[in-house]
Amino acid sequence: MKPDLWKLYRLMYSSRLFEEGVQRLWEKGLISGEMHLGTGEEAVTAGVMDHVKEGDALALDHRGTSALFMRGIDPVLLVKEFLGQPGGLCGGMGGHMHLFSPEFLAASSGIVGASGPAAVGFAISASRLRSGSIAVAFFGEGAMNQGMLMESMNLAAVWELPVLFVCKNNDWAITTQSQDVTRGDLLERARGLGLISKEVEGSSVEEVWQTAGESITNLRSGNKPVFLLARCIHIEGHFLGDPLIRLSRHPIKEGGKMAGPMIKALLKKKGASISEKTKVLKDIGGMAGEVIKKQDIKEQDPLFLTRQKLSVDKERLLNLENEISIEIEKIFTTVENKHSQEGGQA
Amino acid sequence: MKKMGFAEAIDDALAMAMAEDENIIIFGEDVHALRMNIRVRFGMDRVLAAPISESAFLGAAVTAAMSGLKPVVEIMLVDFIGTAMDALLNHAAKVKFFSGGKWNVPLVIRAACGGWYGDGGQHEQSLWGWLAHIPGLKVVVPSNPADAGGLMLSALKDPDPVVFLEHKLLSDYWLEYMGSGGRKTVKFDIPSEGVRGMVPKKWHPVPLGTAEFIRKGQDITMISVGVGVHRALEAAEHLEKNGLFSSVLDLRSVSPLDKEKICEAVAQTGRMLVVDEDNCGFGLSGELAAVVLEENIQCKFARVCTETTIPYARHLEEKTLPNTDRIVKAAVRLMEK
Repeated sequence: MKPDLWKLYRLMYSSRLFEEGVQRLWEKGLISGEMHLGTGEEAVTAGVMDHVKEGDALALDHRGTSALFMRGIDPVLLVKEFLGQPGGLCGGMGGHMHLFSPEFLAASSGIVGASGPAAVGFAISASRLRSGSIAVAFFGEGAMNQGMLMESMNLAAVWELPVLFVCKNNDWAITTQSQDVTRGDLLERARGLGLISKEVEGSSVEEVWQTAGESITNLRSGNKPVFLLARCIHIEGHFLGDPLIRLSRHPIKEGGKMAGPMIKALLKKKGASISEKTKVLKDIGGMAGEVIKKQDIKEQDPLFLTRQKLSVDKERLLNLENEISIEIEKIFTTVENKHSQEGGQA
Repeated sequence: MKKMGFAEAIDDALAMAMAEDENIIIFGEDVHALRMNIRVRFGMDRVLAAPISESAFLGAAVTAAMSGLKPVVEIMLVDFIGTAMDALLNHAAKVKFFSGGKWNVPLVIRAACGGWYGDGGQHEQSLWGWLAHIPGLKVVVPSNPADAGGLMLSALKDPDPVVFLEHKLLSDYWLEYMGSGGRKTVKFDIPSEGVRGMVPKKWHPVPLGTAEFIRKGQDITMISVGVGVHRALEAAEHLEKNGLFSSVLDLRSVSPLDKEKICEAVAQTGRMLVVDEDNCGFGLSGELAAVVLEENIQCKFARVCTETTIPYARHLEEKTLPNTDRIVKAAVRLMEK
């Protein structure tokens, strides 16, 4: 099997532009609450989703927009959902964390780790009703410490279910560095629960596509469930407006806001010893350093990396990008015009 | 007296208690960031960042509390407590009973709750009625900074498990974190009295199970907690312009309930209007009706609650949660009954 890099780039680039469009709506205040984008993890999503076909099921987490987009759902339905319109995918009831599509057998959850049991259930149905079909669970490495996810891995292994567990590892669980709260090796952990464990470089769409493809082919013919660990980045952090991203982009402004109350707390009479306080400050300093490093991501951006490879045919690349940006723009202009005409509640 | 924010008051009272009692420790997800200032003051070993393993760390908190510590466990949003429910339902709430009253679980579970910022039905629930349903659990829901600090102090001094719910609309950092994310393009209907207000110079415990009149009137008794108190107040002010005078009773704690004050308040007007952001059926609103019926107090009853899963779309969310307009209409109907 060899990947069609042009096709995969189309998936990734469309998804990126689509989510950047969503970001603009959020910034304008037209989307309420949180917004978790998948910008930066497109190679993982595209590399897996290109193998998903009719009859397969998707268990998505709070960051499921790009997977559904790549699955081929009408993007207008997604935008309308995010805007809370009755014509949205779920009538404005769910929002981006609760995207549900019976047509595509896709269910989402905003509860970390819940995609594990969801995928197992889909796989039970698949093995009885849709032989040869599979279920994919997407989740982050933060979810790996959630009991229900570990339990569902064992369950999938015990019942020999066709589940592909895809762990998108960006090293951070909101403001917690995953290495600080995780022990042991994740690949070993999944292996210990009876899964086939594989690691891929999540910024390489070819590598993800290759490994996911082999795994899915094997799952379709009844092989053991698979755990796929893929390193990735999240360009906008955990969610739009992520305080760590804001801190890394505007260290003086955002850091300044934090400093006052922190100094006040440090100077309070009763408390830990000076050496203990110094330890905490050192820890915060270390975290700030990690946060600033977070912004140095160009080399890990899957779009940047894939684009470099396709630059051999510059003309084709530019034409493709141009074509996609027109497609994506059209989605937003249609929905937005209607939205403003109908007073924001269309 | 001095002025303080709602969220600041909770942490200030907590810090005061931590300075006095070294056995108080905090753990939960992201607490190294959420409680950065407490961590800076009291050190790393008193503020422990936990993995996303609620069933393990809440379960562990139960026995930590049984063996000498006073854990304050943070569950971020109360919606996430589902994964750790066994620790609360079958353990924290029952140890005292099972041990024949010999063993207490002095544990505080702290979680943000509530909606009004468009985050959907898995991040905006209230759930205080659901939690208070379990014998052995106490549940507090402050509506203003002074109560927030005072109730936190009481929760920390209590020998039994107390769930402390912090409404996101009143807590500036939670609303900034989950609602605006640094944007100036989104608006929220924030009750200013709840977000910032006068607090005592030194914190004193506000006893659990003591309701407080925020307003007195002879026609209708409105009863609520959290943001609902402010929505009820707004409705009461509106009704007053039309010659209808309402009392507003802030329960402050859902469990234990201040039954005496509730009965007294309802007896004064003969009309009870419950404003509850939590789910309607089998919850606080029905419980309040039972409390007065058991005391043979005659009254007309109405309730404005959340009746479905909270929709994501802001305009639908507004209609689903007990908004001022719904409260006013319910009050008018109650007068016509």
